[in-house]
Amino acid sequence: MRSDPASGRASRGLRLAALLAVLFLHLPIALIVLYAFSTEDKTYVFPPPGLTTDWFGVAWQREDVWRAIGLSLRVAASSTAIALLLGTLAAAALARARFFGREAISLLIILPIALPGVVTGIALRSAFSTFEIPFSFWTIVIGHATFCVVVVYNNAVARLRRTSPSLIEASMDLGADAFQTVRHVILPQLGSALLAGGLLAFALSFDEVIVTTFTAGQQTTLPIWMFQELVRPRQRPVTNVVAVVIIALTFLPIFGAYWLTRSDEQGAR
Amino acid sequence: MDAMTLDGARGPGRRLSDLLMRRRAMLWLLLLAPPMLWLGVLYLGSLFTLLANSFFRLDDFSGRVLPEFTFDNFIAILSPANLDVIRRTVTMAVTVTLACAVIAFPLAWYIARHARGGWKPLLYIAVMLPLWSSYLVRLYAWKLLLAKEGAVSWVLGKLHLTWLLDAVLSLPSIGGSSLSFSALGTFMVFVYLWLPYMILPIVAALERIPASLIEASGDLGADPRVTFRRVILPLAMPGVAAGSIFTFSLTLGDYIVPQVIGDSTLYIGQVVYRQQGVAGNIPFAAAFSIVPILIVGVWLWLAKRRGAFDAL
Repeated sequence: MRSDPASGRASRGLRLAALLAVLFLHLPIALIVLYAFSTEDKTYVFPPPGLTTDWFGVAWQREDVWRAIGLSLRVAASSTAIALLLGTLAAAALARARFFGREAISLLIILPIALPGVVTGIALRSAFSTFEIPFSFWTIVIGHATFCVVVVYNNAVARLRRTSPSLIEASMDLGADAFQTVRHVILPQLGSALLAGGLLAFALSFDEVIVTTFTAGQQTTLPIWMFQELVRPRQRPVTNVVAVVIIALTFLPIFGAYWLTRSDEQGAR
Repeated sequence: MDAMTLDGARGPGRRLSDLLMRRRAMLWLLLLAPPMLWLGVLYLGSLFTLLANSFFRLDDFSGRVLPEFTFDNFIAILSPANLDVIRRTVTMAVTVTLACAVIAFPLAWYIARHARGGWKPLLYIAVMLPLWSSYLVRLYAWKLLLAKEGAVSWVLGKLHLTWLLDAVLSLPSIGGSSLSFSALGTFMVFVYLWLPYMILPIVAALERIPASLIEASGDLGADPRVTFRRVILPLAMPGVAAGSIFTFSLTLGDYIVPQVIGDSTLYIGQVVYRQQGVAGNIPFAAAFSIVPILIVGVWLWLAKRRGAFDAL
């Protein structure tokens, strides 16, 4: 299976194994797109007996799907706004600082995604129950914002470390105060990194299900709607269509974020 | 007098700015206060409430949580049924991690050492794209794939291998009525979902091996297999260890996958979810959720010794 290192050409076995791994990663997603057009509505039969675009129209009429999408969008927008504020502040404080407790603080920022989601979920659930806080829109947002901070923080820190400190010094030497420097020098530098971090946070929140099931109560976000359909399918073709819509909706922000930070990635490597 | 007018003309913003610039500690405090209040009070506070709850008791009659100190929840974890759940979950997490490493390695090696020109960024995107697509949708895809009437059965039927599928499904503890309802199916879905997390750190580790090292090994008379075992594999280990943190910890905490694809045996996450939901027994759910924290802690410590944190 190993190739000859000197020639630099991959052996046939290696190329086959790499190709199979890529197919393994992508065929299931292609299958989802195919099933959205299937005429079959009772089973998951393969190959689909016929193809139709009718189910897109049926899904469009569904009130419950629209409500779930609406809730998810509002949750994602609020969580992203909070994460942008908190993540940027934390990054500004920690990017170049060296002080006692710095490691502990950065660990605290990473902890919500380092711990299994079920732990974050049950921790918030037990806090809400102990302090008798009823489930609401904001209990979902609290959970989402907590694990979205790290995404914004990572993007902002990477950009701040690449920004030369002499720019800030020059701004100060030329007579700008701290606020003017933030507005005219630091924020323009950070702009696209914050936009990228915000887009990633948005996508993360829009897709989150594990923590949400503990903090949503009876509310139905789009992932919770999807999860319910997975456990107890009601109208399979509608689920197929919604799955394709979710793929499209999460792709756009992620692709935007990737495009905005492609130079940061190269800088970090 | 002149200094006074000048100072007055500069306005309150300038004075605040000067104060902050002179006292860096105050600036940091102002910057850090909001994120630390959120994460320190809301999040750490919740984690401490979780810990406290694990020592509380559920009143069977009223269904209310009583703040009375007890070890009963932790004793209940040691029942054979619960130990079985823990053992099953850890076994799943370890096998998923091993399978991910084996599948990831050739592709990672190809990306790191052979991909030329435009292929390299293209393959990078090919690995990251699934990571960025919806987790539930990717899980749903496997419900379609593994169903009795689904694509996997169809392909195996076309290859005249249905007997093989039936033989595998008849095996005790990994089999079931169809792949959709078997532990083998759960395993396949986990491997699929977490594979990109394993590929990326291995690529990073392999890219760091100097080509001269591999040439030197060859020049000194090692054949490619020996070079692989004695030079490449040890140097790639930190990458594998880093990837294993994700594959292990994500499998350990997941309760969605086994609920959608699998025989109806329980995993740690499902026990936590059911206890807090249907049973309303938050104290026991809290105590049980400490188990994956401890196991992940041990795994992190092992991975750190393998150099995982240098490879992230």
